[in-house]
Amino acid sequence: MIRSLLTAVLLLGTLHTVAATAASGAGPVVVQDPYLELRSGPGRGFPVFHVVDRGASVDLLRRRTDWIKVRGSDGTEGWVHRSQLERTLTPGGEPVTLPGPSPDARTEHRWEVGLATGGLEGASVVGVQAAWAATPTLHVRADAAHLLGDYSNGWLGTVGVAHVFAPHWRVSPFVGIGGGVLYVEPKATLVQPDDRTDSTAYAGLGLRGYLTNRFLLQAEYRQFVVFTSRDDNEEIDEWTVSFVYFF
Amino acid sequence: MDRELRLLLLSGLALAAFTMPAQAQQAAGAEAATPQVVEPRVKRRDVNPPGLDTENFEAGLFVGTVSIEDFGASVSYGGRIAYHFTEDVFAEATIGTAKAGRTSYEDLSGSAQLLTDSERQFTHYDLAIGWNALPGEVFLGGKRAMPSAVYFTLGAGSTRFAGDDHFTVALGAGLRVLANDWIAVHLDARNLAFESDLLGEDKLTHNLQFTFGLTAFF
Repeated sequence: MIRSLLTAVLLLGTLHTVAATAASGAGPVVVQDPYLELRSGPGRGFPVFHVVDRGASVDLLRRRTDWIKVRGSDGTEGWVHRSQLERTLTPGGEPVTLPGPSPDARTEHRWEVGLATGGLEGASVVGVQAAWAATPTLHVRADAAHLLGDYSNGWLGTVGVAHVFAPHWRVSPFVGIGGGVLYVEPKATLVQPDDRTDSTAYAGLGLRGYLTNRFLLQAEYRQFVVFTSRDDNEEIDEWTVSFVYFF
Repeated sequence: MDRELRLLLLSGLALAAFTMPAQAQQAAGAEAATPQVVEPRVKRRDVNPPGLDTENFEAGLFVGTVSIEDFGASVSYGGRIAYHFTEDVFAEATIGTAKAGRTSYEDLSGSAQLLTDSERQFTHYDLAIGWNALPGEVFLGGKRAMPSAVYFTLGAGSTRFAGDDHFTVALGAGLRVLANDWIAVHLDARNLAFESDLLGEDKLTHNLQFTFGLTAFF
């Protein structure tokens, strides 16, 4: 155990050394704003402790979320918000571009990843989801969920398409269809203790609302038809709430 | 005669073909000299400057103690990986394990065993959203200030204990202190709550976990 822990720590260390040597900085940029505010940490809650004037050049060292660590010509290092560096120039005179969120991201993003929780026929759901936006209104998505119930546990994996009616609205309805696999493992005390793997198809509808230019909250109801090996198919309902990041 | 005419015609055509681009270029040059009224709209490319390392992932290991309801406190260890979306919000996946001890009933009765050895393994995972609620600094002596944040997490996951998987809600709070640009020290407290009917009736068990962790940003 201890050995594997040590190995993991060493591995992390090595990985990072590699990353650090690769990231010796992105070269100098020339400040165009009246001044740059250098903060002691990557966040607006950290104090401003230094200012770099217009016309001075700074080195970009690393980026964490929307904050970039810079080094001034006198060696002072601090964190600057992306928005201030958007107006800097390279020594060649070209504007520096640093990708960040904008209201356009709501309709122009390509990817969505989310965490979901909810219920499926009395069982609790812990899930992850990912979607690719083929167009702003048509999404291809995949979901994986761990199902935890009183009488059985299981896994559910689905792939489908969703149509978002009005992606530019703050809250928009959507519908979806798809199919997948449902694996159910009844708890040992039950009469039919055999595990089952069945294919399934669903139709669903929901609402999604933007929280910011990066996050949205999604509530969804899906009805599944489970193609069992018995004589008749089973219909089950699922509802989930998910927290989605889009980029 | 015919041949001569044809040659003349061809050479004339060839000359025209060669000189035309030159004339066109001259015309273009004259145009460029006049001041441009409309700036061309060039769409900016969204790329980080080359060599700028984006470090939004954080991964690491933790060790501490978990108090498993009715089964005493045990050493808990595991790993976590987080992705920082913004300076405020992150997502975190945590996995941890511990070996449950004995209930007081088992201790007092002497020989009774409620669980087998393998059923005592307490393994949990959860997927959580975290919020850096209180960013700040931790001061060590008069010269060192380290960026820190107090954060809260809310997650859902599963705990495997006593031969069963239980839906688990993980509510946590922690302190993250950046030792340098890429190493962070965590002090974390979590409540892993799940329903269990192990001792006869359904009850919500609260399993408090306190851990010390080291993570690296990459």
